[in-house]
Amino acid sequence: MSEFLQQVINGISLGSIYALIALGYTMIYGILRFINFAHGDVFMVGAFIGYFVAPHVISLTGGSLWIAAPIVLIVTMVGCSALGVTIEKLAYRPLRSRPKLTVLITAIGVSFFLEYGGQLVFGPDPKLFPTLIPSSSLINTQHVVIGTNSIVVILTAIVLMLLLRFIVYNTKMGTAMRAVSFDHRVASLMGINIDSVISFTFVLGSGLAAAASLLYASVYPSINPLMGIFPGLKAFVAAVLGGIGNLAGAALGGLIIGITETFVSGYISSSYRDAIAFAILILILLFKPSGILGRHDRDKV
Amino acid sequence: MSQLSESMLEVTSLEVKYGAIAALRGISLSVKTGQIVTMIGANGAGKSTLLRAISGLIRVCSGNISLGDADITNLPPHRIVGFGVSHAPEGRMIFANLTVRENLEMGAYLRRDSDAVAGDLDRVFLLFPRLKERINQQGGTLSGGEQQMLAVGRAMMARPKLLLLDEPSLGIGPILVKAIFQTIVEINRELGMTILLVEQNAHLALKIAHYGYVLETGNIILEGPSSEIACNELVRKAYLSE
Ligand SMILES: Nc1ncnc2c1ncn2[C@@H]1O[C@H](COP(=O)(O)OP(=O)(O)OP(=O)(O)O)[C@@H](O)[C@H]1O
Ligand SMILES: [Mg+2]
Repeated sequence: MSEFLQQVINGISLGSIYALIALGYTMIYGILRFINFAHGDVFMVGAFIGYFVAPHVISLTGGSLWIAAPIVLIVTMVGCSALGVTIEKLAYRPLRSRPKLTVLITAIGVSFFLEYGGQLVFGPDPKLFPTLIPSSSLINTQHVVIGTNSIVVILTAIVLMLLLRFIVYNTKMGTAMRAVSFDHRVASLMGINIDSVISFTFVLGSGLAAAASLLYASVYPSINPLMGIFPGLKAFVAAVLGGIGNLAGAALGGLIIGITETFVSGYISSSYRDAIAFAILILILLFKPSGILGRHDRDKV
Repeated sequence: MSQLSESMLEVTSLEVKYGAIAALRGISLSVKTGQIVTMIGANGAGKSTLLRAISGLIRVCSGNISLGDADITNLPPHRIVGFGVSHAPEGRMIFANLTVRENLEMGAYLRRDSDAVAGDLDRVFLLFPRLKERINQQGGTLSGGEQQMLAVGRAMMARPKLLLLDEPSLGIGPILVKAIFQTIVEINRELGMTILLVEQNAHLALKIAHYGYVLETGNIILEGPSSEIACNELVRKAYLSE
């Protein structure tokens, strides 16, 4: 029973990270109707920004992680947002009126560019991510250990998701995002600058990927330029599972994938860890291609 | 005052093509400030194309569109809204995933005068009480008639200098048509809003408009004060089904 509880907490923690990444896929899909396959690599760049920035921030703040970590988080989010906006401007915007397949292939190209560019710049060898979350066990009974790591991951994810929800549903820019996701032309007739709304969407999506990368690297501290591939693919599956374009669906899908993965590797074999997401993807595509919360195509962000 | 300074919108030798097909073949028209001007014509005449060209939804091949002193030819749509043009497109195009209130708020997207926006919101609800009852309902769940009210209300929320209406009578019952046309007259009289009204319902349109144009396969074949157009033999036969 207690091991079960332990697995649930680990699963929710991993699932919250997938959820944060999945939200980026789903928002960008909602606005542009294509899968940004470079999203996982923006996540990877986030981990490297954190890797380079954290030591400086930690020494500047006199070693207090509770002060340093939020600063590193903000810097990384700003960095990834800038990267996301740049990718959209340079690679996707010129192709906006082209067939979606063209944009999709371009996204895969951007993904390769970041992965191999990352190997060139950062080197292919794994690096040890600095400790950002003070490690201690909050609860430590005989069988259950709940570390600060899990709690910080889950709380950070919840706060960011609530913030996102607020932005999308309670601000003018968020309403404009939903209007653009319905129809670009009609939205432009309201005076909405479509390009700005798309950039803003990339700011949000990439910012969440940045946060996810720091949380992920705090749990799995070995980082390398290809580290975005699997979390990226799993988060993509999570977004499809929840219903692509649907925010709540992405969060739910992330949790399901995270928990399933943790259970499979805990109770069956850790060698199935990475395979399970794809098994889930095949099942959804077979039985409910619109995803759990997916409704008809237009009612989405 | 000169003729020119009274004019809100001037369209000169406008040509628009869809691929190789010419939809507008060099038409010129003008809309005087404070007037209701109607553009009537059969299916496929190019009426919606004209409105799309004015609001920037489609690229103009040649010719010129100016609003007051500003040349707005081929500007992006959101900039043209900034010049005070609001377009209620054909087929309503309500944001199905936004509530009634949010749809109306998007109509006022560029406005910074939030007090006046609140006042205009009340005004729309006064004109269309049905919308107020459904304020938090998703746009996609409204009936066709309610969506038409919302489309007109949303375009009004921009408080435009020039309101472009594309067939507001399409697909709704006669009672609502009458109410909407009354509203059009009211906003023209009370708010002094200039209106370019595209209609197939020539009878009604000519009744409320000051001036009218008849469009036929991309060419303007007739123009004049609407009372004159309504008397024209050709129009009576072709558009007023007499
Ligand atoms: N997107 C498009 N692609 C190609 N041709 C188009 C397109 N839109 C309109 N057309 C053509 O341009 C011509 C004018 O169309 P438009 O929609 O302006 O007509 P309309 O006068 O508004 O007709 P209706 O009263 O039926 O709405 C038509 O022949 C139409 O087939
Ligand atoms: Mg039309």
